[in-house]
Amino acid sequence: MTATEFTPWAGTLGGLLIGLSAVLLMAAAGRIAGASTIFSGLLTLNIDAQMRWRGIFMLGLLLGAAISGWLFIDGSEISFPSGPAMTIVSGLIVGAGVTLGNGCTSGHGICGMARLSLRSLAATIVFMVVAILTVLVTRHGLGG
Amino acid sequence: MGWAVDMRLLSILLAGALFGAGVTISGMVNPMKVLNFMDLFGTFDPTLIFVMGAALVVTFIGYRLVFARGKPFFDDQFYVPGKGVIDARLIAGAALFGLGWGLSGFCPGPAVASLVFGYSQGFIFVAAMAAGMLATKFVLARRT
Repeated sequence: MTATEFTPWAGTLGGLLIGLSAVLLMAAAGRIAGASTIFSGLLTLNIDAQMRWRGIFMLGLLLGAAISGWLFIDGSEISFPSGPAMTIVSGLIVGAGVTLGNGCTSGHGICGMARLSLRSLAATIVFMVVAILTVLVTRHGLGG
Repeated sequence: MGWAVDMRLLSILLAGALFGAGVTISGMVNPMKVLNFMDLFGTFDPTLIFVMGAALVVTFIGYRLVFARGKPFFDDQFYVPGKGVIDARLIAGAALFGLGWGLSGFCPGPAVASLVFGYSQGFIFVAAMAAGMLATKFVLARRT
């Protein structure tokens, strides 16, 4: 495990931008800025009107990440906790989980909680607690 | 009318870009940083609290202003889920997502955004996540 620098200002700025994104998408198009639902909605052969706005949101996401990454971020600081096998397993689990649970950190944790949705509050508490317990086990082992 | 459609899609593109910039600047594209947030008893990095907090405050206030207007600027209605119940499927999905998030440090939005940095692990994760989504959608569709 590698320590990372506590960056409250960058964190707050990033959070403000994510919040503005959610508000803009709702104000302009009436849609919830949930990354998993938007991404998952593109994984279909059923080409409909929803494809276009979802594709454009994802295109914007990549552009925003590329431009801000180029301006502000040292990409070499990005590091991964595990090898390819665990990456595949955890990717499969995340994909299954967000599909079953209808959302992830953005859809439930931000948009849903901001709407005071009890479903989103329950989902957010569950995935936060499970994630913390998972790290407790993988990094510290059960009982030390 | 063409003008109205363009403004809608332009707003969606901008919302996507704000989201991508937000997860990048906040450091959530770095799985190690996210795992350190979950590691309360180890190399704890509280940055994610500031990300979530700032995003929630902006979205909570912004949504109220937007919903008070009655409808979005470039659409006829808000597409928000009604009051659902907290059922086993939601909890199981959130728990699975928490497990995958705790193993990888990636949730769906930042995982997609991380692709612009070109790490093979990011591509592997997003491909596995897409496979997990498709498989789960397939199973859910057959059950109903």
